[in-house]
Amino acid sequence: MKQQYFHSVTLDTTRCKGCTNCIKYCPTEAIRVRSGKAVIIKERCIDCGVCIRVCPYHAKKAVTDPLDIIKKYSYKIALPAPTLYGQFGPGYSRERIVLALKQYGFDYVFEVARAAEIVTNATERYMSNKDIKKPVISSACPAVVRFIQIRFPNLIDNLLRIESPMEVAAALSKKEVNEKYGIPFEDIGVFFISPCAAKVTSVKEPYENRKSNVDGVLSIKDMFLPILDIMKKQDAITGEPFSLSSAIGVSWAGTGGESSAINDGRRIAVHGIQNVNDILEEAVQGNLDNIDFLEVLACPEGCLGGPLTVENPFIAKVNLNNEIEKIKKNQAHNVLKKHENVDGLEWKSTVEYRPILKLDDDMMKALEKMNKIDAITEGLYGLDCGACGAPSCRALAEDIVRGNAKETDCIFKLREKVNSIANQLHQIE
Amino acid sequence: MNNVVVRDYSIPANDFTIAGEASSSVRKILSQIGVTPDVVKRTSIAMYEAEINAVIHGNGGQAHIEIDENKILIIISDQGPGIADLDLAMQEGYSTAPDSIREMGFGAGMGLSNIKKHADVFEIKTAVNEGTTVYITVFFKPVKN
Repeated sequence: MKQQYFHSVTLDTTRCKGCTNCIKYCPTEAIRVRSGKAVIIKERCIDCGVCIRVCPYHAKKAVTDPLDIIKKYSYKIALPAPTLYGQFGPGYSRERIVLALKQYGFDYVFEVARAAEIVTNATERYMSNKDIKKPVISSACPAVVRFIQIRFPNLIDNLLRIESPMEVAAALSKKEVNEKYGIPFEDIGVFFISPCAAKVTSVKEPYENRKSNVDGVLSIKDMFLPILDIMKKQDAITGEPFSLSSAIGVSWAGTGGESSAINDGRRIAVHGIQNVNDILEEAVQGNLDNIDFLEVLACPEGCLGGPLTVENPFIAKVNLNNEIEKIKKNQAHNVLKKHENVDGLEWKSTVEYRPILKLDDDMMKALEKMNKIDAITEGLYGLDCGACGAPSCRALAEDIVRGNAKETDCIFKLREKVNSIANQLHQIE
Repeated sequence: MNNVVVRDYSIPANDFTIAGEASSSVRKILSQIGVTPDVVKRTSIAMYEAEINAVIHGNGGQAHIEIDENKILIIISDQGPGIADLDLAMQEGYSTAPDSIREMGFGAGMGLSNIKKHADVFEIKTAVNEGTTVYITVFFKPVKN
């Protein structure tokens, strides 16, 4: 029985022109153009957002919760992703952004960067275990985790088995508010302010039926203007500085942030889904045995390049780096809070292999299908033009064998056929 | 009924950028026909080592693959210098790879022993100045002794 997956990444059919841009870039070949419109194969989509980035007609979008959702709860907590701090440019400091969130209507702000520090501490402890499988592969990017579930089952055991900063932030902030102010849990709504479509999916459809502590996901795009408007009206920041996270947590937004937090060992940071694919190929081949930690993020420049951001990722990077420099100069924020409790952050269950690329449950039939695919591919023209709606000639051959397409979907095959019919008619005359 | 998948790949000499493409392609085929991940991994490592050997030592060569519902047979052959002392070559850490190759992270002398470790059946035919052919078989289900 096929499972129904919720996906944040969806298609706006009124805008889709049926072109071939998205099918060409999708890392799991999850998109086809059928009857002039793109169709996302839900089982294959990992919500990486590449199609959102490459669609020239903006027909791909990420579904997030409407801003009004926060009204459903009497006590509202905002969880800003550190990426948010890179969106506004000089003059709009992290302090101003956090204050603006409170002025917008949130009762409490818990920086995801603070949770990222806690995850960093937990990761350090995790890495000190001699029995773990190296390289340890970061699991903070949900698109990468789902990519591994589909394409690299042998690397599932290498995944860092620690909850993501978003989940840690959600659980801790609820607990903190409940203990500090005595607010009952059911009155508290926790809202992640996200650069990322895959995070939306991981909240609505957690891996293997786990439960997310996040009650809603708001996009940075939607929050941008309301926050900017509020900041423009802000007076000078008064009162004591916020209890903010250190530079390490904030640096998670960019690439190299998570891995630089790990002090010992060889670590590499890879970003952009194609680069991620290449490094995972190396890992599965056993070529990364001398690497201790592998940070892998689906978006170019990490979360700063997320599909729900506003600012160009390279400009956002400068903004964020300036903020990080400021934090480093400020001794008060410069201490990693070693005393934070890192117990209980490990995954309770693992993620599972999803063999959705399998041709048939019966291996004999699968072998037969493989040979049919080979034979059909051989007969195609090998241009990988995409006009049939599949990303490559081989993908079309696969679709034909799976019963989802026909050979004359290929315009060259169609031309052959029309020519042959024309010739036959000619002979009758 | 045609239930044997056959593939042939050519392995270029001294080209590390292409080396490994054949084993990567075989890995995808195995996953698609439903071979379990651990068997895919063993096959892929054994084949990759043999492929790299052909690249480094054999002036390139050919890979021939046959897959049926029980097993995969991999035959990698080259027309290179051959192996003079096979017992010595099988020892872990023994290598004839030049420094330039070692600097690239290859040639640690673990190749053949690694193949032996991951394959269910492993045979080598070699003759000096004629070339080397390795036969690797991996079964999809555990074999009873």
